Amino acid sequence: MLKKIFSELRKNRDCYLMLLPFMILFVTFTVIPVIMSVPVSFTDFNMVQKPEFIGLSNYISLFLSDKIFMKSVRVTLIFAFFTGIVSFVLCFLVAWLINSMPKKFATFFTLIFYIPSMANVYSVWKVIFSGDMNGYINSLLISAGIITSPVQWLTDGNYVLSTAIIVQLWLSLGAGFLAIRAGLQGIDRSMYEVGAIEGIKNRWQELVYIVIPSMKPHLMFASVMQIVSSFTAGTVIQNITGFPSTDYKAHTVMTHAYDYGWVRYEMGYASAICMILFLFMYAVNRLVNHFLGKNTD
Amino acid sequence: MSEKNKIKISSGMAGRKQSGTMMIFVFLAILGIFMFFPVYLTVVMSLKPVEELFVFPPAPYVLQPTLKNFSDMFEVMRQNRVPFSRYVFNSLTVTLSITFLQCIVISMSAFVLAKCRFAGNKIINNIIVISLLYQSNVIYIMQYIVINKLDLTDSLYALILPSVASPMGLFLMKQSISQLPDSIIESAKMDGAGLFRICWQIVIPNQKPALMTLMIFAFQSSWNMQSGAFVFHEEYKTLPTVINQISSAGMARAGVAMAGAVFMLVPPVVVFTFAQGRIIETMAYSGIKD
Repeated sequence: MLKKIFSELRKNRDCYLMLLPFMILFVTFTVIPVIMSVPVSFTDFNMVQKPEFIGLSNYISLFLSDKIFMKSVRVTLIFAFFTGIVSFVLCFLVAWLINSMPKKFATFFTLIFYIPSMANVYSVWKVIFSGDMNGYINSLLISAGIITSPVQWLTDGNYVLSTAIIVQLWLSLGAGFLAIRAGLQGIDRSMYEVGAIEGIKNRWQELVYIVIPSMKPHLMFASVMQIVSSFTAGTVIQNITGFPSTDYKAHTVMTHAYDYGWVRYEMGYASAICMILFLFMYAVNRLVNHFLGKNTD
Repeated sequence: MSEKNKIKISSGMAGRKQSGTMMIFVFLAILGIFMFFPVYLTVVMSLKPVEELFVFPPAPYVLQPTLKNFSDMFEVMRQNRVPFSRYVFNSLTVTLSITFLQCIVISMSAFVLAKCRFAGNKIINNIIVISLLYQSNVIYIMQYIVINKLDLTDSLYALILPSVASPMGLFLMKQSISQLPDSIIESAKMDGAGLFRICWQIVIPNQKPALMTLMIFAFQSSWNMQSGAFVFHEEYKTLPTVINQISSAGMARAGVAMAGAVFMLVPPVVVFTFAQGRIIETMAYSGIKD
């Protein structure tokens, strides 16, 4: 056994050497903390006393007695639909359309669409949707005579979820979008020429026969990024709609975990919430991989 | 070859009509206005004097632009015990080291994971995807414990080292490199090139779009990184941390908060523009097909 390992190490020495710097840092600062965090969900841990093992009872109360958790699952699924699926399609569509622009415009548009993800500029939405007359949307609608008194976009239970979705959608052309752009830029120009000779007539055929087949790995990356960002949405929404949001209308699973973890200091419970979320995201990712075709691994 | 085909090929793409491009432009422009308006508003508000910030109706333009919000921001920072230049130094050190190290460390391992067959390859790939999907509230605490055990707290290493091995960056590069035809690597091996040389002289120069994207991700995420709980001393804190402290001080600082956001936005935009300009779209492996 040991002999086998040594011969493998010797055979692929260069491989392992080139992998080493990454693996050392990755294992130390990511893998070990991840492994350490798994058992926490089976304990009662308040950050002061030592964690106490309580078996599955976090999970049991999560599903049987936590009504707000169920509410947050619903909100998260709605979010995942808009900022996951809709935004994934949008990422690809926009990136692909940008690709047919002349280079100068292409760089400009990529910047415009990506700029929301570059820094924390989202707090301006609080001013745009502000509930008093000073909010941009309110003042616009009042001036136009559509409404007579300001609408509480950020606190009225009827609007808070839609408002949060708009902001999250605005933010969602992030890593996935840029990766798809990079993938499109990497497609060999001669592929299009070959396509033209072989009788491809329009953009759609080009999309189906040339672009999508050569983009599979990038689409896979973008889908993982989109799954993560849509299912773990919470921080920005908390910031915009306040915490907790009215009637828990924009209360996502991640916000729920934040609530238990950093407000009530029930880390074990919060960590069980995150674990459920992870299992769910993992399943969704498997599903997406299945559809995108698992031929790149 | 017919005359018609010749024209198509010379334009580079099949069947592109001028009118279609125009429609795409209009579509992108409309969507772009929605995307850019909040950013534009941030810039406008950062330039507004106090009198203009709280008027009805709120104007989407500024009448008397002033840099007072920016000078106020620097003024508040000057009152801190640590000079402003120290935060700039910390942030630049952290950002540049992470970006540089990520590009090197990740390029190498992504190449190996994408193109070499060895024991453990598949497992590592799976672990990387899992670590991307696993977002737990307690990871941060566990990271703190690890950093503390390694005696790295209260130094810039505590900020740099955990961010170098980014699973996201690796996944991006690996996916991109996997598209490269194996024949290139095989023929380089025939010519007697070692893996290290193949990686840096053949594969990575071919991966400019992905590498530049990795650079943008690395730069922007490390530039926006809060120093958080890994460092306590003011001497090691980064710019986002102080700017966040200043701008979270309520409505009276609304203009200053916007100035802070604009100030933080400028470097990533510059890096982005630089990186996008470097991507040369005609790839070197033209003509090689699987």
